[in-house]
Amino acid sequence: MPLKILVTAKRVEDPESKIKVKPDGTGIVTDGVNYKMNPFDEIAVEEALRLREKHGGEVTVASIGGERSATEIRAALAMGADRGVLIRHDGPLDPFVVSALLAKLFEREKPDLVILGKQSIDDDQNQAGQFLAERLGLPQATFASKTESLESEAEQKKEPGLVLAGGGKALQVVREVDGGVETLEVTLPAVVTTDLRLNKPRFASLPGIMKAKKKPLQELPAASLGVDLAPKVVVKRLAEPPARKGGVKVQDVDELWKKLHEEAKVL
Amino acid sequence: MNVLIVAEQFQGAVRKATLNALSAGRELARRTGGKLHLVVLGKGIGPVASELAQYGAEVHVADAAALEHPLAEAYAPVVAEVAKAVQATYVGAAATAYGKDLLPRAAARLGAGMATEVLGFGGEGASVTFRRPMWAGNVLAEVEIATPVKAFTVRATEFAPAKKEGAGAVTPAPVNVDAGALKTRYVGFKEVKSARPELTEARVVVSGGRGTKGDFGPIEALADALGAAVGASRAAVDAGWVPNDWQVGQTGKVVAPELYVAAGISGAIQHLAGMKSSKVIVAVNKDPDAPIFQLADYGLVGDLFKALPELAAKVKASR
Repeated sequence: MPLKILVTAKRVEDPESKIKVKPDGTGIVTDGVNYKMNPFDEIAVEEALRLREKHGGEVTVASIGGERSATEIRAALAMGADRGVLIRHDGPLDPFVVSALLAKLFEREKPDLVILGKQSIDDDQNQAGQFLAERLGLPQATFASKTESLESEAEQKKEPGLVLAGGGKALQVVREVDGGVETLEVTLPAVVTTDLRLNKPRFASLPGIMKAKKKPLQELPAASLGVDLAPKVVVKRLAEPPARKGGVKVQDVDELWKKLHEEAKVL
Repeated sequence: MNVLIVAEQFQGAVRKATLNALSAGRELARRTGGKLHLVVLGKGIGPVASELAQYGAEVHVADAAALEHPLAEAYAPVVAEVAKAVQATYVGAAATAYGKDLLPRAAARLGAGMATEVLGFGGEGASVTFRRPMWAGNVLAEVEIATPVKAFTVRATEFAPAKKEGAGAVTPAPVNVDAGALKTRYVGFKEVKSARPELTEARVVVSGGRGTKGDFGPIEALADALGAAVGASRAAVDAGWVPNDWQVGQTGKVVAPELYVAAGISGAIQHLAGMKSSKVIVAVNKDPDAPIFQLADYGLVGDLFKALPELAAKVKASR
């Protein structure tokens, strides 16, 4: 059964970039910071592509943000997604608002499945997927993973970790939970959020990048969707965590043991 | 303003992190002058409810066949109903996989904004603020939640576990969940068998990186001597030396144990982000210029294959 999949691609600071807070605590220093697609969303896009490769269908990639967020949509199109939707909004967002906007997009697109990264590595909230599922009355399977390792044969063959069940009407999802893995079956349409071990995202090929430039990318102003755009989580100020003093060297294990035992008293 | 904490039980046992969340709830109740309530969900959980009642909060027990497995779709409406019934302004849980799965869904049902992995609170009454990490702990944010009901999860390691302080009341909670109408079906659970503690709950974590060259023997031996969890850098995971769920870092697990031992780990930003809240950090590395030494409370320049077994021997001798 061909699947219509909606997947998200948020623009975030590159995890390799050094994050500094502005002296007045109103935001982070963006000079010299690189941006890329949220790593968990990359896994979401990869999974959507694998499902389409196996079952047919269409992958639509959505991002919410300023015009530069088109870069992350193009990156997903270059990986192989079919078309993009950019919900244009300048200014702060939170998962409450993001999920409300995605719910409106869901109503327009009517996908069989929504796949999102479990969290974005900027605000680290880990909420948007769960909020979206509740808003739409859909089942959710968060922190999707798989039982095979990322070194396995199935991974080499780019098999999807999400498995269609119930004659194509449901999806089996292996979830990473505390102390083990849980398997759920969710009736479609459903919302899935991805964890690290679900797959290794592909790199875009040069022909993929060329093709992506011609793929359709629609823009929707957030204000046109009838959603209250005021964030409910209001950031008052940002600070850097207290610097660790660090830098003390010990000569040998005897001294280390002594320090841990008598000074730090942790052993 | 009343506070509702969502307890977590697993196969009839209270998860440790629930007791830390309970302390956070008690602090909030004090700051807002409200009453602390607790809700626990499951099937056949009478004994769990009685145990939880010893911590002094009023315990609401949602005990029904439809709640046998922790499905967010089934649990969220029950949590939301209890929150309404007790007029909770604050609804929280521990930031475990269960809490992170369930709380946002319950929050959406309550029209509540939410703060994840809260490290501490500020302010009083309706203007309580939440301190939480962003960019994997590279930034600490003070946030306010603008909705009438406010939801949150707390990082367990930041709050002391609650102590027993006399029996609270146990009240049955209404469960209006039609199991047949659920669109989520529980298929099964496969336990990852390990005698070691959970990485995110452990008091001590011993991690290995590229410097192990794939041999985690000394890492695991020291961890076992210390009763510690084992972690790894992304380099070690990417090399396929250890399971992915051992990865500590910005895109792996964020840990804050009392003692973190980093062996053969150079200290890439993305790894540091996952462990720099640890109380005491020890680094063992051959390279005296490794960035990890700038962060470590105690750095030992040397061969981990010699140093770790020596340290393990000292630990054993001291017991």
